Amino acid sequence: MSEYAIEMLGITKTFPGIIANDNVTLQVKNNEVHALLGENGAGKSTLMSILFGAYSPDAGKIKIFGNEVNIKNPTVATTLGIGMVHQHFKLVHNYTVTENIVLGREPRNRFGMLNLSIAEKKVQALSDAYGLKVDPKAKIDDITVGQQQRVEILKTLYSNSQIIIFDEPTAVLTPQEVDELMEIIRKLKAEGKTIVLITHKLKEIKAVSDQCSVLRRGKYIGTVQVADVSEEDLASMMVGRAVKFKTQKNPVHLGKKVLDLQHLSILDQNGNPKIKDLSLELRAGEILGIAGVDGNGQSELLMGLCGLLPVQEGTISLNGVDITHMTVLQRIEKGLGYVPEDRQKYGLIKEFSLSENAVLKDFYKPQYNGKFHTLDQSKFKDIATEEIKEFDIRTALGADTQAGSLSGGNQQKAIIAREVSLNPHVLLVAQPTRGLDVGAIEFIRNRLLQERDKGTAIILVSFELDEIMNLCDTIATISNGQIVGVFKEGEVSEEQIGLMMASSGKGENDAK
Amino acid sequence: MQNENNDSFVDRILESEVMTSILVVILGFLCGTLIIIAVGKNPSDMFGSIFDSMIGIPKRKGGWNYRYIGETLAYSMPFILCGLSMGLPARVGLFNIGAEGQYIMGMTAAQSVALWMSPFGGQWILCLLVAVLAGAIWGGIVGVLKAKYNVSEVVATIMMNYIALYGSRLICFTQPGATTYNTAALPQTVLLDKFLIKTSNFNIGVFFVLIAVLSYWFVMNKTRLGYMMRATGYNKNTAKCCGISTIKSITTSMAMAGAFAGLAGALVLLGGAFPIGRIITGMDNYGFMGIAVSLVGNNTAIGNLLAGLLFGVLKQSQSLMQGRNIPKEITYIIQGLIVIFISLRSGLVLYKQYRNKKKLKKEVLANK
Repeated sequence: MSEYAIEMLGITKTFPGIIANDNVTLQVKNNEVHALLGENGAGKSTLMSILFGAYSPDAGKIKIFGNEVNIKNPTVATTLGIGMVHQHFKLVHNYTVTENIVLGREPRNRFGMLNLSIAEKKVQALSDAYGLKVDPKAKIDDITVGQQQRVEILKTLYSNSQIIIFDEPTAVLTPQEVDELMEIIRKLKAEGKTIVLITHKLKEIKAVSDQCSVLRRGKYIGTVQVADVSEEDLASMMVGRAVKFKTQKNPVHLGKKVLDLQHLSILDQNGNPKIKDLSLELRAGEILGIAGVDGNGQSELLMGLCGLLPVQEGTISLNGVDITHMTVLQRIEKGLGYVPEDRQKYGLIKEFSLSENAVLKDFYKPQYNGKFHTLDQSKFKDIATEEIKEFDIRTALGADTQAGSLSGGNQQKAIIAREVSLNPHVLLVAQPTRGLDVGAIEFIRNRLLQERDKGTAIILVSFELDEIMNLCDTIATISNGQIVGVFKEGEVSEEQIGLMMASSGKGENDAK
Repeated sequence: MQNENNDSFVDRILESEVMTSILVVILGFLCGTLIIIAVGKNPSDMFGSIFDSMIGIPKRKGGWNYRYIGETLAYSMPFILCGLSMGLPARVGLFNIGAEGQYIMGMTAAQSVALWMSPFGGQWILCLLVAVLAGAIWGGIVGVLKAKYNVSEVVATIMMNYIALYGSRLICFTQPGATTYNTAALPQTVLLDKFLIKTSNFNIGVFFVLIAVLSYWFVMNKTRLGYMMRATGYNKNTAKCCGISTIKSITTSMAMAGAFAGLAGALVLLGGAFPIGRIITGMDNYGFMGIAVSLVGNNTAIGNLLAGLLFGVLKQSQSLMQGRNIPKEITYIIQGLIVIFISLRSGLVLYKQYRNKKKLKKEVLANK
């Protein structure tokens, strides 16, 4: 047998407008944990999608255990013994664990009827062998995110995969669940599996990986022995220059109380209670970070604050004015800015030009009047041109560029520029740097700090603990729609926050 | 080098919405021609008829028969209006199949004003106004249902079409002189003045059509309302998030759509060849043809105007074709083909992406 489990040689893959993989080579030895490191958009996921048969490469060849193969679709990948644990789990929520695992290859008895008990036994055996604690008969709805991920791993084991690809496996996990996952990966390796770990988190690479290949902007940079290098070395390989891990920050100057939330309760669109009796306060010049695992009410809280979801109980006051039942527009006029999590869905209009996007929140104001009270679009352009310069938004056609044609980082800059230009008293920011490259991340973080120093109060929702620890003056942990604790910067460690994130809601399920 | 020029020409056609529309119309006529040849008729007769209805010079009789132009323009008027009625909600992301019902309500309202009020000078203006209002209400109801209660506008408008049809019959049966098919004659004071080409049905309604086209363009491109409507149409979530009232956008767009269609109904009734009140037994289909008009016109004001004229030409040429032994159904076939080709636009987008990809690949390989 060949020394390498996977060899991807000279892979090139283009999409309209971008070269996702440019002559990339990846060689993964048998029975090792191989990390694939790169920023968002570096081409990691594309490369793995090619390996898993979701895309076909424009050039290059793939060898699995030394044999050249043509992976036309995921079914071929599965028969070759390649399994993938996707970042977004592909599970049917009202099915049991076993039903999900056998989906598409259901065991049948003599009469052609579904026979789940065989499968349940096999799943139980697998989960015992690999230390994947999960009840084969439990419904997906009733188990934690960490357990759902184990179901995904079991799926790959059930189909006898020798190679398991993990795509950003820790994005949705609490720090404790991350530790458990690392344990599972070690166990899988001990049982002879070959593992590819796609990630941009350096700690995880240091924790479990043997080797690490780095991609940058679609190009292969190199492969290193993880034991020989430091996190900083990996980071500079990933980014192409030395990286500062800490953002420079001025001391905080707290002003008067601007936002006061008292006993808020908010339902989501489907009528499920997502925020329960939540109270918080925010002062001018303060960044309040809300730390928590995705889905614990963060987005509902922000939508409730900006008026997209009705508040069931409690009050929101902004500068002493009760805005609980005001419309979105009235809140904007009172000085509430919002940088939404999903920038394409809620933040901007892709078909509009940058200049039309720049005035979405204040187009009705008289300064945009043309002749006869019409709307003078040339006046939008001045605003947008200014913002493009100030925020270093890279465009093809200046203010006339279609927003949808910009990269994620530039779209985000355009949104933040629009919000900041309205001089809000309170700025709600959700996941401002998700999916952006390091340059844009640095710019946006610094810009948020700059706004803070000017006296804007900022609520920052982020699933990246690093971001919260770096930027925030105050940290509130949220779990199951309730605030678990509020701390000043430096009062708590990352581990303590992690414990609190897991505390009430999801933690209860674990105990069951 | 030659190759490069070719590329840019095809690309230019693909880039431009206008060129695509023109290309599609040409394709429609080409296929229509093939069909005519296939059934053993002379396509030059077909094109002759179409040409006549456009410029009014008959091939055989000689002399300028400008009446044909007038008829063509008269036919175009409701097509243009119904195209606008489809196009405006489409810009807001709605699919208004209710132009037919709004058209019927407009017609019925105009007829009610004409027959139930004692005649007075300038009564036709009141008729038009009431028709516009009736259409606007009919469309606005659907708008409110959609905006406030998220009722599918497609289902609602289809239902409202039938309510309009049978509601109109109920109303018209109670009008003076009602028989099974028609009511008493319309008073002279409500008929639209036939000016310029007195022998045809071409009438002063054309000014209202032009006003409608202009206001469509003006509202969409020059006003805050239009900006709000476009924002709502492209991305409702972002619009809401930015404090834009999507309820207002949706309701207003449906009401405006209804106003256009309502006006069309009044123009057909008051500008027609027979000045008699109608009790309709079926739909006139102007509203439904509006869907095709707005597809060809790509929901722009000028595009709708041109597409409406094209459909008017085809309708007028029907009678001329029959005179020349060409089955008039060929015009429906051409219209249908045009709509099918227009619907292939998304296919063109895919083709464009494929071309871009191929080009990129070439560049990448060339750099190696």
